[in-house]
Amino acid sequence: MLNFSGPIPCDSSFAPPEPDSSRNRCRPPVHGAGETFSPDHPETPPGRADTPLMHTDIQLDERGQLRHFLSIEQLPRELLVAILDNAERFTVVGERAVKKVPLARGKTVVNLFFEPSTRTRTTFELAAKRLSADVMNLNIEASATRKGESLADTLRTLEAMNTDMFVVRHQDSGAPEFIARQVAPEVSVINAGDGRHAHPTQAMLDMFTIRRHKPAFETLTVAIVGDIAHSRVARSEIHALKTLGVPEVRVVGPKTLLPVGLEALGVSVHHDLDEGIAGADVIIMLRLQQERMQSALLPSGHEYFHTYGLTPARLKRAARDAIVMHPGPINRGVEIDSAVADGKQSVILQQVTHGIAVRMAVMSMVLGSHAPGS
Amino acid sequence: MSDTTQHADLDVETLIDEIATRLAHHIESHGLEDPALIGIRTGGVWLAARLRERLGIETPLGELNIAFYRDDFSRIGMHPTVEPSALPFDIDNRDLVLVDDILYTGRTIRAAMNEIFDYGRPRTITLVVLVDRSGRELPIDANVYGARITLAPDEHVKLLGPDPLRLEFCATRT
Repeated sequence: MLNFSGPIPCDSSFAPPEPDSSRNRCRPPVHGAGETFSPDHPETPPGRADTPLMHTDIQLDERGQLRHFLSIEQLPRELLVAILDNAERFTVVGERAVKKVPLARGKTVVNLFFEPSTRTRTTFELAAKRLSADVMNLNIEASATRKGESLADTLRTLEAMNTDMFVVRHQDSGAPEFIARQVAPEVSVINAGDGRHAHPTQAMLDMFTIRRHKPAFETLTVAIVGDIAHSRVARSEIHALKTLGVPEVRVVGPKTLLPVGLEALGVSVHHDLDEGIAGADVIIMLRLQQERMQSALLPSGHEYFHTYGLTPARLKRAARDAIVMHPGPINRGVEIDSAVADGKQSVILQQVTHGIAVRMAVMSMVLGSHAPGS
Repeated sequence: MSDTTQHADLDVETLIDEIATRLAHHIESHGLEDPALIGIRTGGVWLAARLRERLGIETPLGELNIAFYRDDFSRIGMHPTVEPSALPFDIDNRDLVLVDDILYTGRTIRAAMNEIFDYGRPRTITLVVLVDRSGRELPIDANVYGARITLAPDEHVKLLGPDPLRLEFCATRT
């Protein structure tokens, strides 16, 4: 377990030897109420649907611009729409001969992944490269030498390399916000998924995918199906859908995988799949993690598929032009039938493509917020 | 703010007529083949659309939004969202006519050319502007212009439109 709040010794092996403190841009952590970080242990049973973490108002600067992107919560609708509009412009870049713009030339982005990920990390990496930034990938989990080194020490080391942005994935809820509170004012943090708290860029790429197919959010019925309790994707999606004005958001799943208090978020709860997706315009299937089945929350993958798997026959209950989404990686034959995943209503691969443009949009907005005269 | 009136007689329609004539001559004398027009958003697109009509060019109009190529991103950040760039034709080995409303520092044209080269390698680029004003900071010049005027650094000219198109002059004296 990484130590998030211990005393921070001066890093002698990486920090430059000169005494000039301006080179070392990391502020020491403040020990006090609201500043210490209590990891949300992944094995603890799910609690309330929406456990608020620390204040997320550090996401916006005094001009209302996006400085860190940690959570969809508390962000105004206009800002979410701006992300989608900017992503639309970056989509054009991805279709050109040269898929690169010079916007973030000379900026350094560090992908700080404490938890394994393939598509999120690679699309973040590609997004940064298409903005012409220099990107470093640090897989902390795989780095044995990191064991025992505190997160704050790691950060100070990376900040001494004049990093402009950290993209953070962590198994514990709140870790990206903790980092955002530690970094120097000119450094930004983007949450690439933390514990079961939030995955805001995934939610925004899903919103982008929905808008491309069904531009009128205010007319939609969206069903989110599966393991809501352990899903940071579902949580961020619910906030994004509600903020963008989707009138009907349904969550569908077995009682053991639905947290209490969901109704407070303005969603309706269903335990029957056929009822939950009836007439829906958008169906978002969530990945069922294998460990849920081992931990007795569910009987078996086979039985789950029987009750909650999306098959072509069941999909007929949704709107005729409904789209099917999945954040990936998919479990064929567990939460979704291959005929649906590969079918013509599936937009699962488009989600991956859109992920690059949406991450370019978020990164450029966050980097642009540091400009003095904007 | 106070208006400067010495250029108030510049009529956009008259300037467009003159530009169309000069551009037609330029295309012929330089042997440009099937040139494609590209307007820089927003004023350049208005102007390019008019020129395309006058010259009877059939290739669809290209539109550039140079926000991703500006050299002031680290000073002023992202520009508010407008329509993305769209070049609905093949750039490679093509004669291009780049159109903007006002040529001032030259930085917009620099950014536009950088963007164009990310779409391909044109054979030539011809620059057409409505007003060529003083204050260049880069070695960039227009091949065809409607009017060439001298303004102080605190004086500004802007194209308003699209219907009708007219020039607005103002000064930012405090």
